[in-house]
Amino acid sequence: MKKELKKNNIFKRFKDSIYTRSINPKKERDRIQVVFQSLALHLHPTMIPEKALKFSVTWGLGGMAALLILLQALTGILLRFVYQPFPGKAYDSIIYLKNNILFGDLIRNFHHWSGTFLVLIVFLHLLRVYFTGAYHDKRQFNWVLGVFLLLFVIFSNFTGYLLPWDQLAFWAITVSTSMLFYVPLIGDTLVEMVRGGSEIGEATLLIFYNFHTSILPLLLLAVMGFHFWRVRKAGGVVFPKSESDTENKLVTTLPHLIFREFVVALILIAVILLFSIFFDAPLLEKANPAFSPNPAKAPWYFEGLQELMLHFHPLFAAIIIPTFITLFLISLPYLKYDSKVTGIWFLSDKGKQTSKISAFVGLIITPSLIIMDEYFFDFSLILESIPPVISNGLFPFTLLLLLQTGYYKYIKIKYTTNKAETIQAMFVLNLIIFLVLTLTSILFRGEGMALTLPWN
Amino acid sequence: MSREKKENINIQKEPLSRRGFFNKLWIGLGTLAGIEVLGISLNFLLSSSKMGKNDLASFIVAGKVDDFKPNSVTPFRSGKFYLSRLNDGGFLAMSLTCTHLGCSVGWNKLENTFICPCHSSSFEINGDVTNQPAPRALDLLPVIIENEIVKVNPNEKTKRQSFSSSQLTYHVV
Repeated sequence: MKKELKKNNIFKRFKDSIYTRSINPKKERDRIQVVFQSLALHLHPTMIPEKALKFSVTWGLGGMAALLILLQALTGILLRFVYQPFPGKAYDSIIYLKNNILFGDLIRNFHHWSGTFLVLIVFLHLLRVYFTGAYHDKRQFNWVLGVFLLLFVIFSNFTGYLLPWDQLAFWAITVSTSMLFYVPLIGDTLVEMVRGGSEIGEATLLIFYNFHTSILPLLLLAVMGFHFWRVRKAGGVVFPKSESDTENKLVTTLPHLIFREFVVALILIAVILLFSIFFDAPLLEKANPAFSPNPAKAPWYFEGLQELMLHFHPLFAAIIIPTFITLFLISLPYLKYDSKVTGIWFLSDKGKQTSKISAFVGLIITPSLIIMDEYFFDFSLILESIPPVISNGLFPFTLLLLLQTGYYKYIKIKYTTNKAETIQAMFVLNLIIFLVLTLTSILFRGEGMALTLPWN
Repeated sequence: MSREKKENINIQKEPLSRRGFFNKLWIGLGTLAGIEVLGISLNFLLSSSKMGKNDLASFIVAGKVDDFKPNSVTPFRSGKFYLSRLNDGGFLAMSLTCTHLGCSVGWNKLENTFICPCHSSSFEINGDVTNQPAPRALDLLPVIIENEIVKVNPNEKTKRQSFSSSQLTYHVV
């Protein structure tokens, strides 16, 4: 009688209509069914190779990025209830958030730090995918999608950078959008489009706010779905496969993968929370269009570009070199390789060796060139009769291209590397150059962008 | 779309069938609708640049001619320009926006130069570049002198490569 009553209980029937299974059943068969039948877990296959579970196969970076985007959406929605996207009100609304709303500061800091981590982690994810060779065959186009996701993440962060409308935001966006002036022929029109006028003002804020809170999140969401689906279609993550069946053993996704992901997610959230508690997101005084702070720096992920601006004509530093790098990244999976090694870090022992050499060369050469250009010679002074776009742009750029070509040949002949290994050496060289430029600008550029020591 | 096209290949040799006609009509109408949506969206995106336009012809009073000593620079922060008076008494109004990447240049009285805080470009009192990366001299603004009063229009910037004496405005007595 009692049992009958329980079965007919409307609440029980309602609960059963949503979900009948236990969350972590004992039988392997049932655990497979939980993953297969669940909307969220269905992103994963029901069984995965045991070897793919090893943390150093992926470092969990893709999953972390997805989690951070979710966290950004949640904290961003909260912030939207307080923030007002108008020059006269934006800054004050943030002061209000900080002073008058319970945990307002914490949520803002959390949004700031997880945005910062997101750029870093997506970049590291790109490096992981590249150095484990996970861009051949079925994965070719997914690499391109990944490059676009990186760009979307950077532009999400960049459009968010303006919103506080403080001195830091205003001048970082002024400097960065001014780079577009140097696009040949359409530069002026382009800047006017991005800023919604000739100068940064209410139209710019509205445009950036709209991109930050609707267009870019929607694009991210759509391309992320595509990106995940492509990973599944390519057969999951890459790792070295072995001949024997015992070593390629399959295990159920639940609990082996799901629990690991859960642990990584909790640790990541804890780290960002700690950052948010102890380090405030920067907020200077309210934006003043008539007075630039000294030094005025671009957002940190564009500081490598800003450092480049000090050494090259803006047409090359802001337009041609970044375009080259983006096209190089997109074309990487489509180059002709004689061997397609996947799942092995740095391809081979020779690949490891040439990568180390390239990193070393980059670490020595980049600071030397920066110091030489800063103190010893200036192409535009030596070649004074030639327009600066050639003397300070085309000339040093061609010189660098020739040097890089020479380095490519040197590595290829000296170490008899195959194509993938040689390209990898070039990738490492340019990666290190980029990192050194970025760190130089962040740490060693002081007042008037002159070289100083960070503790001065 | 491509599957429809493949089906069409068989039909194409014959005179246009009713199905072929409708297929083409659909493609045409679809393209038209796409163009319309794109046009409307672009118009929305670009509308803001019209919204923020300032009234162009608006001169503001800078001060009396005698208030500005020769070889001096006076900042007008609200109008975002500097008014230079050169040694020969000629006036020159220049935007304080650096021609490199748009930071506001500051006037350094001791060194007699404009210095940009962003990439350390510097400019002479007449706006000429003395230290790159700035690619050209500071933008000019129109100056008029009426009844001993100097007036500047801060909204009408003119780009220039370098300084020439024809850009100066003199007080004619």
